[in-house]
Amino acid sequence: MSERTLVVLSAGLRQPSSTRLLADQLAAAVADEAARRELTLRHRTIEVREHAHDVVNNLLTGFPSAALGQAVEQVTAADGLIAVSPIFGASYSGIFKSFLDVLDRDALAGKPVVIAATGGTARHSLALEHALRPLFSHVRAVVVPTGVFAAPEDWSDGGADGALRTRIRRAAAELAEQIVRYPGRTPTDPFALTTSFDDLLAPPAP
Amino acid sequence: MQFGVFTVGDVTVDPTNGREPTEHERIKAMVTIAQKVEEVGLDVFATGEHHNRPFVPSSPTTMLGWIAARTERLLLSTATTLITTNDPVKIAEDYAMLQHLADGRVDLMLGRGNTGPVYPWFGQDIRNGIPLAVENYALLHRLWREDVVDWSGKFRTPLQSFTSTPRPLDDIPPFVWHGSIRSPEIAEQAAYYGDGFFANHIFWPAEHTRRMVGLYRQRFAHYGHGTAEQAIVGLGGQVFMRRNSQDAVREFRPYFDNAPVYGHGPSLEEFTSQTPLTVGSPQQVIDRTLGFREYVGDYQRQLFLVDHAGLPLKTVLEQLDLLGEEVVPVLRREFAARRPAHVPEAPTHASLRAARDAAGTAAQDPARAAGAERAGAGAEGGR
Repeated sequence: MSERTLVVLSAGLRQPSSTRLLADQLAAAVADEAARRELTLRHRTIEVREHAHDVVNNLLTGFPSAALGQAVEQVTAADGLIAVSPIFGASYSGIFKSFLDVLDRDALAGKPVVIAATGGTARHSLALEHALRPLFSHVRAVVVPTGVFAAPEDWSDGGADGALRTRIRRAAAELAEQIVRYPGRTPTDPFALTTSFDDLLAPPAP
Repeated sequence: MQFGVFTVGDVTVDPTNGREPTEHERIKAMVTIAQKVEEVGLDVFATGEHHNRPFVPSSPTTMLGWIAARTERLLLSTATTLITTNDPVKIAEDYAMLQHLADGRVDLMLGRGNTGPVYPWFGQDIRNGIPLAVENYALLHRLWREDVVDWSGKFRTPLQSFTSTPRPLDDIPPFVWHGSIRSPEIAEQAAYYGDGFFANHIFWPAEHTRRMVGLYRQRFAHYGHGTAEQAIVGLGGQVFMRRNSQDAVREFRPYFDNAPVYGHGPSLEEFTSQTPLTVGSPQQVIDRTLGFREYVGDYQRQLFLVDHAGLPLKTVLEQLDLLGEEVVPVLRREFAARRPAHVPEAPTHASLRAARDAAGTAAQDPARAAGAERAGAGAEGGR
């Protein structure tokens, strides 16, 4: 068994939150699917609300606090990401987006991602496709085909029809498959010199 | 070691009374501050250069020329001169002129400027920031060192048989520092030329500064200008002091909370712990400042930002009194006691001239010249 890291980004605001509930179920399903592929997943959940002030501060000052810096590093170094936002005003929540905005431009490039969302009505389920998926495509993440949306009816009657459970399982399998293929990310050092001064003085022809 | 202040020249409403100084008042306050810097025994006054509100100092050599005429010892510098959007030919001319008028009391700190809209006003594009800084400085460096320059590049009209006038005083170009917060290319540039490196060190965590200065020192040695410990490093810093530290916190908090850049963001306490900002007693400023050398090594220049965010002139002058009377004398003594003999002072016109003269006589008398060079490197760097 080889070991990989999975980060779960959960942007729910309440305690308990259905966003976190969905995030936890996805994380457990991904761990199962990974185990079937001889992968052990170490997983960490980041509650965006715990970093809410730091995220805003980072946007204003240009650098993260120590705690936020650690969360950003975990997301950047992860071999897979589960990103779950509540749907506010037909889109991801502002603080969810702001967290992503403080990541380095290349932090999610090539990274396997499952997108998921919760909402007050199933009518918002396509927010996954018109809001979250383009966002993650923009940062060049590898977003698996199945997105998971959970509406109130998915939680009532214990999810009697099992439809949510099926989607979770399918998304989890897709993510595990991508994590198997993901070569991992060599951390880049923003302070490392990547060019010689001669090249800076006389740039080589492109 | 050199101590002084740097100012960005912002016109900001005083949040405690809603009063906004006029541009005229702010400009006059800046030159009053500069004179006070000399009066209280500090070494350097550096002005920012900005071409957008709410800032006033768009014409640094005009301001520094005025200050030069009314001071005796003060070293005049910039924080920073925009190497990206200024024509390097005009920088060469303006600062050589200033150097003559100030009898050599001039150096420059170069920066790129991070205000996107300014670039197009000067025919440039912020996305070319690094290539502009590299090409423009390469030209500036030649204009001060070669009488007749033929040149062509990407960003400026070519030069044929051009001589920048006046020539630098005694044919010694002003010493140059390169400033950057987190662009390794600029640390590399400073190292390549054997110039100084200045870390803003105000809005950013110490870790950024440590990494950038570390890279600069390593590359300075790589290019053969001396050992890593001998590289020429300057730091910014931001302080607000009262004798009683609680008074300092109480008085500074409204200015902090509403300041440009970080206002309405982190709390004063968070920002104080995350960056070098020190709000407290003179002793706290002394302790914190002495701590800087633990992560950047022995360094040559410490500038403080004391006059921004709408602080009234009277308060700023009180800050300078505290710096001059209580803080800097202790820092001079303590930094000097810690600095090994082989770490030089920051170059000045006098020390560069002495070193050049010593090198000139080296052919006749190598032993005597070596002694003079050591003396030159150490001369007039501080007091």
